[in-house]
Amino acid sequence: MTDDVAVLGAGMHPWGKGGRGFAEYGAVAARAALADAGLAWREVGSVVGAVTVRGGYPGYVAGATFARALGWQGARVASVYAACASGAQAVDTARAQILAGLADVVLVVGGDAAPKGFFRPAGGDRPDDPDWLRFRLLGATNPAYFGLYARRRMAVHGDTTEDFALVKVKNSALGAENPYARYRRAVGPEEVAASAVVADPLRLLDICATSDGGAALVLSSMEFARRHGVAQPVRIRAVSTVTPRYPRTVLDLPDIATDSAAAVAPADESFRESIARAAYEEAGVGPGELSLAEVYDLSTALELQWYEDLGLCARGEGAKLLREGATALGGRIPVNVSGGLASFGEAVPAQAIAQVCELTWQLRGQAGTRQVAGARVGITANQGLFGHGSSVIAVR
Amino acid sequence: MEGWFIGEEAGFRLLGTRCAACASVFFPREDTHCRNPGCPGGELAEVPLSPRGRVWSYTDSRYRPPSPYVSDPELPWDPCTLMAVELETERIVVLGQAVPGVAVADLAVGMEVEVVPGVLYEDTATTWLTWHWRPTEVTA
Repeated sequence: MTDDVAVLGAGMHPWGKGGRGFAEYGAVAARAALADAGLAWREVGSVVGAVTVRGGYPGYVAGATFARALGWQGARVASVYAACASGAQAVDTARAQILAGLADVVLVVGGDAAPKGFFRPAGGDRPDDPDWLRFRLLGATNPAYFGLYARRRMAVHGDTTEDFALVKVKNSALGAENPYARYRRAVGPEEVAASAVVADPLRLLDICATSDGGAALVLSSMEFARRHGVAQPVRIRAVSTVTPRYPRTVLDLPDIATDSAAAVAPADESFRESIARAAYEEAGVGPGELSLAEVYDLSTALELQWYEDLGLCARGEGAKLLREGATALGGRIPVNVSGGLASFGEAVPAQAIAQVCELTWQLRGQAGTRQVAGARVGITANQGLFGHGSSVIAVR
Repeated sequence: MEGWFIGEEAGFRLLGTRCAACASVFFPREDTHCRNPGCPGGELAEVPLSPRGRVWSYTDSRYRPPSPYVSDPELPWDPCTLMAVELETERIVVLGQAVPGVAVADLAVGMEVEVVPGVLYEDTATTWLTWHWRPTEVTA
């Protein structure tokens, strides 16, 4: 177990298609997080930016871009990239700096301005790049991989497309209650079933959109939080940023093939399961102690997969857990009470930070009509392509 | 795709590499170092992969994929089926397009398929080849 760090502030820019730049979304979220923390920007000793690959050079140096937008004040700076897990790595970097005594207060920021439609690889002819190859050779978009996972669940576990649609129904009803969500309208199962198939068996409303958005956190040492007058802050107890172990036997983006298990027997534990286990071990809590979970529902089917990978139910029982209502607000273990990616769409570097913002509001009891009663322990989980685990456990 | 496959018609095979020290197989080919972290590192020799495997999962692309996928924007998009296929001997899952004309409704997880040469795209000078998966029942 590591020492805790305090979450003093959380802030977001509403998700959507705003037509503005990522720096603006991030800076708006940063100012909101600072206001929430009751701190001035000059009191921040370090800023960690989650990188976007869609903003040119300013995106690659996101930390400095946000520091400049807020006004240079001399803070230490870092910029990190780990695809969808970038936000968790930014939190991890900030935490390491705090625990190492390099900074008392660290601002973590992510923002993105995403194009409409499929994400695509960087330009140029790059046959050494698996992300380029999967598009060039196969036309395998992200939703194609989501479709493969969904079909595999149907074949192995007996999930149905109706089960998948119910995830969207649950998340859209919660997103309707979230002022930061992009889609704020409850969707019925018939509407999901009537939407166009994108990657069989998944339909448009099974798959998360690409969005603009920004999210930020102000983290500090526990000692600073006390001096600042916050006796019982939300605390980050674990950040899991693990990588897979050879041989990796589940096909993952952007790879064309898995590792071969011919020479080395694979572990029984999948990569996604190991992401959660590392977080649980570091936090000293188990799935039975969770009040809520925010998981990366890139597709409806993937949310069911996360139930199992987080240990909320046994393998193959994700759809049953959903149908029992256990993961709805008021259920045993509510999942994605923010509305999830189904309601937000994905703003890549901001998304894992936004998950922690939701935990923060929930653990403080500030989530309004989305509030999980008596929330004490929350987990986030996601996975960045090219082998990035991401899970944060926060407590209060 | 130089070095990714070899042969014609019934002799067509995907090409990977195999580590002489630990027998791990790699596709796409790994020519520098064995990626098994428990292996001291052996010579990586080219090896043809099993021509047949079983469907691990499948899906399709109902919308035109973006560049660098090459397709004729003048023509309407024809949905393309994708299959992830598990090769028993190599214990590896390899993604590929299905042969044209095979739709998701024709497939099931666990179905046997075989690798066949296919056309990725054609330009004025060259026909670029690739691999496709074809259900073995089709040829029976």
